[in-house]
Amino acid sequence: MIQCSGVRKKYADKEVLKGIDLDIPSGRIFGLLGPSGAGKTTLIRIITGQQGADSGRVRVLDKEVGELSGKDKKQFGIMMDQFGLYERLSCIDNLKIFADVYGVPYRRIKDILELVGLADAAKKPASALSKGMRARLCLARVFMHAPGIIFLDEPTSGLDPQTARSVHKLILEKKESGCTIFLTTHNMEEASSLCDTVALLNEGTIVEEGTPGEICRKYNHQKKIKLHLASGEDMELEHEKSSAEEIARLLEEGRIETIHSSEPNLETVFLELTGRKLEEDA
Amino acid sequence: MKNILTIIKKQLKDTLKNKTVLIQFVLFPIITLVMENAVHIESMPEHFFSKLFSVMYIGMAPLSVAASIIAEEKEKNTLRVLVMADIKPHQYLIGVGIYIWMICMIGAGVIATGLDPKDIPFYLLVMGVGFLISILAGACVGVCARDQMMATSLYMPVMMACSFMPMLAMFNEKIKSVAGIFYTQQLRELLDRMSFEGMETRGAAILMVNMLLVIVLFFVMFKRKGLE
Ligand SMILES: Nc1ncnc2c1ncn2[C@@H]1O[C@H](COP(=O)(O)OP(=O)(O)OP(=O)(O)O)[C@@H](O)[C@H]1O
Ligand SMILES: [Mg+2]
Repeated sequence: MIQCSGVRKKYADKEVLKGIDLDIPSGRIFGLLGPSGAGKTTLIRIITGQQGADSGRVRVLDKEVGELSGKDKKQFGIMMDQFGLYERLSCIDNLKIFADVYGVPYRRIKDILELVGLADAAKKPASALSKGMRARLCLARVFMHAPGIIFLDEPTSGLDPQTARSVHKLILEKKESGCTIFLTTHNMEEASSLCDTVALLNEGTIVEEGTPGEICRKYNHQKKIKLHLASGEDMELEHEKSSAEEIARLLEEGRIETIHSSEPNLETVFLELTGRKLEEDA
Repeated sequence: MKNILTIIKKQLKDTLKNKTVLIQFVLFPIITLVMENAVHIESMPEHFFSKLFSVMYIGMAPLSVAASIIAEEKEKNTLRVLVMADIKPHQYLIGVGIYIWMICMIGAGVIATGLDPKDIPFYLLVMGVGFLISILAGACVGVCARDQMMATSLYMPVMMACSFMPMLAMFNEKIKSVAGIFYTQQLRELLDRMSFEGMETRGAAILMVNMLLVIVLFFVMFKRKGLE
């Protein structure tokens, strides 16, 4: 569905993307993870044809991105910071414009506003919405028509957990109906639970790619067992035979409050690969 | 065609909410009606205020409104969404142009209520041509400008020249000769006579050149800058 090979992009003297190769099959949710400034948004702009790459090829919908017709682009649903709202118009009127363009019946607007939790704010002008509400209105605009490929640039940043969950549900529903979804996020849990495949982007190169499970297992070499003792102390033991006695002893003495094995999550993998935290601001 | 209608519809919805644009549209028609009814000075030519303010209306409203609508859409990144939704740049510009022209013609219609009925068709024709040139000039600025701030600083001088020159020309012959090169002054002279009779070839030529200039300028800008 989306193929990139050797995509490079330079701004002034800074190389933002240093040869990106990706192959995203259709009907999947693909997550691009990376710290701020990694080049995630830039890559979305290039794949959607809003911006040219310096070199490399991008194919979307089995066409070179430069050859996509307006009709092809109508199959995209894009949500990103650089996609604005009509500030003075109400949520409903904002959506009506695009309902007209995409030939969506107006009655769908009410449903979609309900789905993103904006039913109460439907008549408010966009300028009166909070940051999270604006993001949801942008999502409503994407989900209102039936795009074949959806690009979401940090769809849940700034949303409360409950709304984020309903957004996740919407995304999964779209996947069920055959959509391909390309999203970026800083949120590890979101990536692990939502995405079929993820790629970790750091300083313009993809440092790891695969299903969240695969990646975590691959880096599961620092096996540890973590104990929290009744005394309030934390302990870390190697995940090997020799630790068994110690654990048994502590258990018998009733000194253990909690015990769990530490498996790497995407966050720790990322940290290991790059020495940088994902959510840390650049 | 559907896309053009969508743009017009969107603009119509925005009109009442966009105070700066709304003021531009209604200011001159209202001032004209008030002045025509309130001020009567001996020896003042007939329909003096109507003619004076009509020309200022042509020079100000469509120009500033076209420039600021386009610049705002660029600044707020809404134009990008429209283009991604397969609205072609020319459809967008035609939609905005038709919208401004329609609203301005309504304004002109309001001013026309004070004129002799027999002059009204001619008056509306002159106004229609004037609005068209101004909209194109405004669109040039809108296409050029990165944001609204830049648009304002670009259209201000043009707007001032187009709308105030014809007024100042009444008091000063030198200014009048300079003002003569602007379409607004030529239109003003047409409105003074309320007929094509007595129009010199020079006047007609100036109108044509003005019109061609904005058209060419617009296409050059558009070619170079697109709507990004
Ligand atoms: N138009 C531009 N001109 C110059 N530099 C740019 C431009 N757009 C982006 N950059 C630079 O490219 C780099 C990557 O930016 P990008 O927006 O793609 O990062 P990101 O991964 O989306 O970050 P975030 O998570 O904060 O959204 C940054 O260092 C940024 O400064
Ligand atoms: Mg970004």
